[in-house]
Amino acid sequence: MITNQQTRGKASTGGMDRYLSAGARAIPPSGIRRFFDLVSASKDSSIISLGVGEPDFVTPWHIRDAAVYSLEKGKTQYTSNAGMLELREEIAGYLSKQFHMQYEPENEIIVTIGGSEAIDLAIRALVEPGDEVLIPEPSYVPYNPITSLGGGVPVGIETFAKDGFRLTEESLRAAITPRSKLLILSYPSNPTGAIMSYEDMLPIARLVEEHDLIVVSDEIYAELTYGSKHVSFASLPGMKDRTILVSGFSKAFAMTGWRMGYACGHPELIGAMLKIHQYTVMCAPIMGQVAALEALKNGMDEMYRMVESYNQRRRLVVQGFREIGLDCHEPQGAFYVFPSIESTGLSSEEFSMRLVRDAKVAAVPGHVFGTGGEGFIRCSYASSVAQLTEALERIAQFVQQLK
Amino acid sequence: MNEFKLKILDLLKEDARLSASTIATMLGADEADVSAAIAEMERDHVIVKYATVVNWSKVDDEKVTALIQVECTPERGRGFESIAERIYLYPEVKSVYLMSGAYDLQVEIEGKTLKEVASFVSNKLSTIESVIATKTFFILKKYKQDGIIFEEFEDDQRLLVSP
Repeated sequence: MITNQQTRGKASTGGMDRYLSAGARAIPPSGIRRFFDLVSASKDSSIISLGVGEPDFVTPWHIRDAAVYSLEKGKTQYTSNAGMLELREEIAGYLSKQFHMQYEPENEIIVTIGGSEAIDLAIRALVEPGDEVLIPEPSYVPYNPITSLGGGVPVGIETFAKDGFRLTEESLRAAITPRSKLLILSYPSNPTGAIMSYEDMLPIARLVEEHDLIVVSDEIYAELTYGSKHVSFASLPGMKDRTILVSGFSKAFAMTGWRMGYACGHPELIGAMLKIHQYTVMCAPIMGQVAALEALKNGMDEMYRMVESYNQRRRLVVQGFREIGLDCHEPQGAFYVFPSIESTGLSSEEFSMRLVRDAKVAAVPGHVFGTGGEGFIRCSYASSVAQLTEALERIAQFVQQLK
Repeated sequence: MNEFKLKILDLLKEDARLSASTIATMLGADEADVSAAIAEMERDHVIVKYATVVNWSKVDDEKVTALIQVECTPERGRGFESIAERIYLYPEVKSVYLMSGAYDLQVEIEGKTLKEVASFVSNKLSTIESVIATKTFFILKKYKQDGIIFEEFEDDQRLLVSP
């Protein structure tokens, strides 16, 4: 008894990390989080943030209303593990109509807690210790730590502004080893706004086939493309069975806080993911599922209206950065621009820190998105035109003073 | 009306102060084309006025607004046109609509006091010959006007930085 108390007492005074698993100890805290803490700590309300990774729209009212009504009707139960069948049927219909993909609602679709859970499930279901996971970078942050957590080895593949931040055949080929198992594709891309066309992906698909890889294609920004319609990697010849398609409602329908996503793929892969899902979370929350159903049934017009609005602001911001004199490849998807700040001579970390301090504009330093991100900053244009205009003016002044 | 002009109107309706050059950038169009389209719409009275939406309840000098349902006899050959005109020419009349249903015209009146509005209805509106009956409804609070919500929302509730 006394010994126990002594042990606990000792533990509470520090050294708790000896209880941590090697995986949890090894993964680094998110670089975005660190920057967030820094910006939030200043408590300066005059800061305009271009660092936000979510829509500036509130979820359309008819979707919120549907969820409120379902609560009034007492819909507060578990749903089936894979999500309400009606919702899976609606997702199947939506994917068929928008992206020409055919999935069976019964066993090829699973509704998850955001696209994030789907990514976690897919990597956990596929990656064994020592397996190499190929991740084109700069990229959304979580793929890397989730891979490490399961003992996998993340292998970043640098992509370049000169290629529009697309993954090229040569760089993928160079990164493939006999241990390569999984390729993560995330287009339209956070943070670069890059997209991959059918022609861009064809040689990638051939390599995937040749080296017997499996692909997790995170297409959460699929609806947010400008000028050309999104092509799902799973729709390429031979790729449907090799691809776990991950998507969700957060970006297209302005539903980030609802945490509603899904994954589609071969029944055996989805079945394995479902096993993990049923033990860890049981099912996605029912009110979110009801809202998602309403979004797919009646939310398309509103969604297109939001996409049009992002597109207008995208043009405004790209033009703005070019006038400031910062190189900015034209993003064709998502709601980010990824201008180069190399000409200022500052590192992206230093640039971002000074930009917050001196110009009161928050933008995420590119290096947190992995290899190839240094020298760039990520700016979200999901803000009002007035805020964007003001932010661009401040950045212009800031850059001018650096010269 | 072509799509280009509709897009310009969509932007201006949200913010009448957007410059032609900003609109051009946002639509990926030529500034000269935008200016020409706007000029054309101004000339054709598609764009009637660049007015400001005011929440008068926030102004000390408060106003009284009433909606009046007016039943009237249309005139041979001219229908409701000349009656509507006789009504809308009064500066205190803010809007006039011809309605389907139980009454003919809906008239919005603005005055300084309740008395002023009441006296307008009894002295000016009801005395028009073809007006048969009026029903006056005072507006107690405006929640939304012209697609713009008057209640103040909380500011941007998003985290300052997120993945």
